[in-house]
Amino acid sequence: MANTDIPLGPTPKGAPAAPLADTPGTVSQISPPVAEPEEPPAAQPARPGTALPAETGWKRGLAGSLAFVRRRMTGDYQVDDFGYDPDFTDHVFVPPLKVLYEKWFRIETLGMENIPDTGGALLVANHSGTVAVDALMTAVALREHHPAKRPLRMLGADLVFQTPFLGSVARKAGNTLACNPDAERLLASGQLVAVFPEGFKGVGKPYSQRYKLQRFGRGGFVTAAVKTGVPIIPVSIVGAEEIYPLIGNIKPLARALGFPYFPVTPTFPLLGPLGAIPLPSKWIIEFGEPIPTDEYAENAADDPMVVFNLTDRVRETIQQTLYRLLLRRGHPFLG
Amino acid sequence: MAGLIILVTGVTRFIGSCLAGRLAEHPGVDRVIGVDAALPEPAARARMGGADFARVDIRNPLVARVIEAAGVDTVVHASASSTPVSTAARTMAKEMNVLGTMQLLAACQRSESVRNLIVRSTGAVYGASSRDPAIFTEEMSARSVPSSGPGRDAIDIEAYVRGFGRRRPDVRIAVPRFADIIGPTLVTPLTRYFALSPFVPMVLGRDARLQLVHESDAVGVMEHLAVGDFSGTVNVAGDGAITLAQAIHRAGRVPLAVPAIALDGLSRTMRTLRMGGFSPGQVRLLSAGRVLDTTRLRERADYTPRFTTIEAFDDFARTLRPAIPAATVRQVEVRIAEAVGARPLPDVPAMAGSGQLLGGSARVIDALEDQPVDPLADPIAADELGVIDDQRIGRPRLVGITGDAAGTPRRRRSR
Repeated sequence: MANTDIPLGPTPKGAPAAPLADTPGTVSQISPPVAEPEEPPAAQPARPGTALPAETGWKRGLAGSLAFVRRRMTGDYQVDDFGYDPDFTDHVFVPPLKVLYEKWFRIETLGMENIPDTGGALLVANHSGTVAVDALMTAVALREHHPAKRPLRMLGADLVFQTPFLGSVARKAGNTLACNPDAERLLASGQLVAVFPEGFKGVGKPYSQRYKLQRFGRGGFVTAAVKTGVPIIPVSIVGAEEIYPLIGNIKPLARALGFPYFPVTPTFPLLGPLGAIPLPSKWIIEFGEPIPTDEYAENAADDPMVVFNLTDRVRETIQQTLYRLLLRRGHPFLG
Repeated sequence: MAGLIILVTGVTRFIGSCLAGRLAEHPGVDRVIGVDAALPEPAARARMGGADFARVDIRNPLVARVIEAAGVDTVVHASASSTPVSTAARTMAKEMNVLGTMQLLAACQRSESVRNLIVRSTGAVYGASSRDPAIFTEEMSARSVPSSGPGRDAIDIEAYVRGFGRRRPDVRIAVPRFADIIGPTLVTPLTRYFALSPFVPMVLGRDARLQLVHESDAVGVMEHLAVGDFSGTVNVAGDGAITLAQAIHRAGRVPLAVPAIALDGLSRTMRTLRMGGFSPGQVRLLSAGRVLDTTRLRERADYTPRFTTIEAFDDFARTLRPAIPAATVRQVEVRIAEAVGARPLPDVPAMAGSGQLLGGSARVIDALEDQPVDPLADPIAADELGVIDDQRIGRPRLVGITGDAAGTPRRRRSR
């Protein structure tokens, strides 16, 4: 509690308010955040009198937005079998997250060279933060900051896909249900797949247990990687634990609503919708050394010992990296 | 090897009649007998080409006599797993689907001559829920078995077919599971749903994936399976997927997102206002996505659909008059861009499909004329069809178009 009020005051209050306000409305992918903030492009499209022959930044942005709206209106885009819609993801889903990534959490990535430019790999990451913002940020890291701009296909809980809006947006952003058939199909087709084996146990754990890895499911992700022979890349995310410090859990309410937990954070539900603003912690995401799985025998995926050993190895690697990164980061908010 | 003698059910409908005509022209086929409980419309009759027609209800044991008399060696049950429009037609459809299949299988089991059996099934057997994998292979089964509806019927039908397979291991059985069939001529609940009005209702907060197969591919697969040697279950679908909202937009219509609980009310209101009702059940079905894996179709059954999902949909959408044509959208875009002096980006379509205006009105009329061809789409017609059956059940008439099978009624009468 004591450390939360230190950074809230000076650092971000002014900074993120502006980008957060104008990004979700506009769909401009071309205009960089440098474009004149006093001219929000899509807000007032028909403004005569400003016609100029030269194409300036915001006009290109507007043309891009118009083209996007046209593609949406005529259905002129493509989705893959899983429902992944790159057009939507690039132009609507990622831009606001990018602002959050760069300005709010100031995310630093390490070991990006461990992610191959092509071919499948299974990313296994720790999960935390009450709301799964860490998953979104990992996806933005690979989409925007990897040299090959790789889309990340994440495996989510069925609760995500049951929920209206959330479920369909999650599918459009390239995610699918955490089940072995889907994981193996994506890996076999050379996609980067991310899995968060802690699941709700990780996201919904109390703040006092921060950076302590929870149980790693039943190791289904290892089976998928071994079966398809793709490397497992341990991913350690530091910083997500502090965004919504979970200090309480209203279990009856959670049960009534069908949620795995009902979070109480220092700001939620106390401040109502304002409680949805994440605390601006400093993040570090490290992509670890790939663990090859192609040297295992044909039926190794059915050997529980192989699966358990690999699961433990991945879990240990992530846990050790988390401790190392925590030392490196220092202050959770000032970094 | 002597040519096949094939019995095709459901020839009053598009798939059945088309299939009968195609098979009749196939060099490896000696004779095709189309059966149905009603007389085919002239259009369906034309599509049947050189095939014979016998008016017999498959729910009647008479069908066994047709099989016996003609020495049928291949039975193609093309009318199984067709989808009803309304709840009124549902009971009827269930009867036709499940009981008809049972009777037909009983007839086949008694027959010495039957060597091949092809039963049309549907991808609805996989169900569709948020807890299911995104893509279904033939080995998967529904995680939550549907308690009613076409999925339930198809599961029952497949169970009977498996039972038949155990009792007659000498018969080659192929069960194609079709994604939703769509095309310019076919009229199904799905095509009606898109053609309904400029505003097409969908469940708020859901935008599920659709997978479609073109009517010509559906007929092609059935023909391929009938004359081929594939046995087993196989998924049939066009490549790729399309989301429901995308499909509505591609048809030049406006998606109307309605909360799931308000669907029934809206449907009733629209019916009262004569704006063309829609089936809330149909909309709900479309809120859960399902995509089939077609590797087996390509590799083991050796058939590659000519149309992808999007191409199949576009071929259908051409028959609709778009409420908002793509060209208009482009015009508005250019106008807004010009108003502020920005240069509009070039319109490079990701796929073909901008010429929706071409011949739109003419094709709409075509489609209207074609509508009565498919009685499964029309609950009233389907009900009438049932009434006629019941009246004639005492003395079914066997109409041999070429006169060959005309002996059967006499035998029937002598019994």
